[in-house]
Amino acid sequence: MVDNSAFDDIPGTTVFTAERAHQGFPLNQFCMSLMRADNRARFKADERAYLDQWPMSEAQKLAVLARDYNAMIAQGGNIYFLAKIFSSDGVSFQTAAASMTGMSVDEYAAMMLAGGRSPEGVRSKSEGR
Amino acid sequence: MARISAGLSTSHVPAIGAALDNGRSSEPYWEPVFAGYDWTKKWITTEMPDVVILVYNDHATAFSSEIIPTFAIGCADDFAVADEGFGPRPVPAVVGHPDLACHLAQSLILDEFDMTVVNKMDVDHGLTVPLSLVFGRCDQWPVRVVPIAVNVVQYPPPTGERCYKLGQAIRRAVEAYPEDLTVQVWGTGGMSHQLQGTRAGLINQPFDRSFLEAISANAEGLRTISHLEYLREAGSEGIELVMWLIMRGALGEHVEELHRFYHVPASNTAVGHLVLAPVDTETKGNS
Repeated sequence: MVDNSAFDDIPGTTVFTAERAHQGFPLNQFCMSLMRADNRARFKADERAYLDQWPMSEAQKLAVLARDYNAMIAQGGNIYFLAKIFSSDGVSFQTAAASMTGMSVDEYAAMMLAGGRSPEGVRSKSEGR
Repeated sequence: MARISAGLSTSHVPAIGAALDNGRSSEPYWEPVFAGYDWTKKWITTEMPDVVILVYNDHATAFSSEIIPTFAIGCADDFAVADEGFGPRPVPAVVGHPDLACHLAQSLILDEFDMTVVNKMDVDHGLTVPLSLVFGRCDQWPVRVVPIAVNVVQYPPPTGERCYKLGQAIRRAVEAYPEDLTVQVWGTGGMSHQLQGTRAGLINQPFDRSFLEAISANAEGLRTISHLEYLREAGSEGIELVMWLIMRGALGEHVEELHRFYHVPASNTAVGHLVLAPVDTETKGNS
């Protein structure tokens, strides 16, 4: 059995393993549907009704409706699939990324301009480095 | 006989494409990013290849979670520009080289790299942003492209060692192609970045600079970087750097660095760019 437990030792990071891809399959497939303009329009017209057409869990649907990207990732979503949602919303990758960090968009942008988030202290929980 | 004349690596940040497409490339935020490619734009006018083997990753565009090929090669006549959720980028369709691509697919499989053969595939920013950075805005790309898509989205991606060896096999296959073609191999993606979770925004400049330095002179050391080390040091999306090792492996043992550029940030990402030329030691340094 492949041991992926070391991935869970990285703070603030969810590694998209085959198991998570299985869990997130309906959520991620819904995201793929937003690569068509007609589907984006149908989604925008009634988000809940559009989501109800997919075999997604209630937690997945609620996370999408709330645009809670950390919750979507916890439900098996992967950021490259989820990017179809914020692209449909006209939201930039930087704004979407900021929303996952607890920082404001301006704070996050300033951090990036100053060289980004340092890896110091966020490499490993168990090793505290 | 076909030959590999150069290798090129570059990040493929989608916001770079958007900045170019929306006429914002001279804004203070973006100007330094595009300036890093001025040397390359001039260089390629005299070093124009017939074909670019463009190694990139599909970002859940052509490949959903339904099918996840580790290594896929595009053998189509052309490749449409994908709608990634905001309409297709206003760039030309990508023209393939099916004859070379089919030769590569067969050669690589017989060389024990089990490529997935793709005869219809839309291409996303991973492939078109590098073309834009090198060729700017144009009505038609000046080169044909053989896309090689590498899975770096679902774990595990191929190892760095496997990628390097695929590069070596690509070189063998190109050199066995009978037509006189000049071929470049581009490795795209990276450098350090993380697009998810509370650790989003991670950038590791010492890691990136050390990678840029080592890839020419000491690529051996890069081949054994584990997935866990990429995740910890370069962020969850920094794993894209394994694609640079395919490019490096295709250039042979010795290379000369012609150009290097590094800039932080472009959106969430550290931008790295190299132009390398293979050095054929058998002909005393002449490539």
